[in-house]
Amino acid sequence: MLALMAPSVVFVCLVFVLPIALFLFRAVDNSDVPRALPKLALVIGTWNDGELPPEPVYRALVADLTVLRGSPELAILARRLNYALPGFRGTLTRTGRMLPASDVPSAKDALIAVDAKWADPEIWAVLRQQSGPVTDFFLLTALDRKRDVAGDIVPVAGDQAIFIDLYGRTLWVSLGVTLFCVILGFPIAAAMARATPATANWMLLGVLVPFWTSLLVRTTAWVILLQNEGLVNRALIWLGVLDTPLQLVFNRTGVYIAMVHVLLPYMILPLYSVMKGIQQSHLRAASSLGASPLRVFFTIYLPLSMPGVVAGATLVFVSAVGFYVTPALVGGPRDQMIGYFISYFTNSAVNWGLASALGAFLLLLVAITYLILGKLVGFDRLKVR
Amino acid sequence: MQGAPKTLLQHVAGTASRIYTIAMFVFLIAPVLVVLPLSFTAGQMLVFPLPGWSTQWYAEFFTNPLWTDALRNSVVIGVLTTLLATALGTAAAVGLHGAKSRWSGAVIALLVTPLAVPVVIVAVATFYLFASLQLVGTFLGLVLAHTVLALPFVVVTVSATLQGYDPNLTRAAASLGAAPWHAFRTVTLPIIAPGVISGALFAFVTSFDELVVAIFLSSPQLRTLPRQIFSGVSENISPAITAAAVVLLFVSVLLMAAMEALRRRSERMRRATENAT
Repeated sequence: MLALMAPSVVFVCLVFVLPIALFLFRAVDNSDVPRALPKLALVIGTWNDGELPPEPVYRALVADLTVLRGSPELAILARRLNYALPGFRGTLTRTGRMLPASDVPSAKDALIAVDAKWADPEIWAVLRQQSGPVTDFFLLTALDRKRDVAGDIVPVAGDQAIFIDLYGRTLWVSLGVTLFCVILGFPIAAAMARATPATANWMLLGVLVPFWTSLLVRTTAWVILLQNEGLVNRALIWLGVLDTPLQLVFNRTGVYIAMVHVLLPYMILPLYSVMKGIQQSHLRAASSLGASPLRVFFTIYLPLSMPGVVAGATLVFVSAVGFYVTPALVGGPRDQMIGYFISYFTNSAVNWGLASALGAFLLLLVAITYLILGKLVGFDRLKVR
Repeated sequence: MQGAPKTLLQHVAGTASRIYTIAMFVFLIAPVLVVLPLSFTAGQMLVFPLPGWSTQWYAEFFTNPLWTDALRNSVVIGVLTTLLATALGTAAAVGLHGAKSRWSGAVIALLVTPLAVPVVIVAVATFYLFASLQLVGTFLGLVLAHTVLALPFVVVTVSATLQGYDPNLTRAAASLGAAPWHAFRTVTLPIIAPGVISGALFAFVTSFDELVVAIFLSSPQLRTLPRQIFSGVSENISPAITAAAVVLLFVSVLLMAAMEALRRRSERMRRATENAT
């Protein structure tokens, strides 16, 4: 029996667990720097006072750069250190080009003569912080934090602080979508649970068809429907509600409409299966004892359907948090969520460390949501069908 | 007369809730259906009213190599993913059914986890590893990554079917001298076939509809249908995209409906077996 499970287990470990582990390790991986600057990494720890380092440190840097000169690794190192200190790339490239001979009387004076930045304690503080095999740099950056010259964690300047806003926006949009799905989905699921079997089957089909339809097709449809010349604007103008077309797409409104549409079945289906199991006799018993319809709803029906609400809300929320395609197509530049930035730092900026740090925080958010809400309603309920 | 105002109120509430339900179903269904008429437009723009009817965009879709290549790639990747995921997943489900060891829970959790992780993370992580293995932009890379996403569905559907399967049948076959593979092929497989087929259909649709992994693992020379639609929507949106979307829509809705029919059938059979015993 173990032999039958083994291929799947090995496959998932190799093609799913291993890539994710390697990718997440990039968030703290700093091997690029000590590999490029081995001599410097050895001696830089000997100096620790926030002033300029002693001569041997300068000499180690010259020796390392002499080896690196002209190799592509210098460019990789320059890019990596430029993340930590803008301008570092220029300094390093210029130094690499005009490198002093290794037997100059003072490597310190020679380097400062090439670029005055080498007389700045900040550049050395950055080098010292970034020369270990692991770094907290990317995780801190993804939290809008950095280390100052003294090594203390401080907030980054206002115009560079974008990530806390990003998490806030992702959470806010996801919570909004979840709330809309609960409010819109609850009455539908209740109507389905109350309907005759034949009607309920048709209604179920009405939920399943959009559920089965590719997310891309539905998102495309919303781009077409919501554009200025689209059906929705035309209808509203024809009805006299509007004079001029409303901007409904490439902004937050479009993101909400499309995401609610995509995720609504994830709310309705688990809720419907819970509501179908509620005994009508409970409700009748409460009414016959004189409870008003509102009271029956709030004291019997709502508590009994709560597991469905929580399960549906969990599924909608964790899916929404990881959304990438829909906001990318129907949102504007200010509506993008964590997923978009992970993709941006992978494809466009090629900053694996930052992509990985963002991925780690997204994964953490999803895991916490699953654990808390899964415990609350039982993991078995966290399925759509 | 005491009941009269209440009945009126109930009547109004009933009508309101019916109107709301109908409106919500229009919201759910209309965007799916709207691409249908648009794909038959005689014009160049995606606007209503249509200037006339034409099948020109389907002709474009089925003759332009940009689209035909993408369709062919999606079918090839989908079929290979289906074969791999169905074989792996069915074996795992049968193994899990037989072994009620303390590892079973952990194995199920491991096999189902890819569903819980945001796809963008799976895509980026796979891209990171596959780039160093030269698997980006290859059929193999896309098939492997899609199989990870399709495998949970196969394991879950086949496991569900196996719940109605009596393991004594396998033992009976073995006691009559059948080798394990022979017993599986002639006894177990015919009985669990509906579950295996719906798992396979699910695996195909998962791969055929998949976009996020395809964004990272495809290349300009190897694009899947969803990837080609995606670049069309983000660059310039032409009616050819709606024709492509209709093709995608038909394949997935058709296969999913077939799967749903199988699911109901096996549920009925399970209930019948439970009632009989």
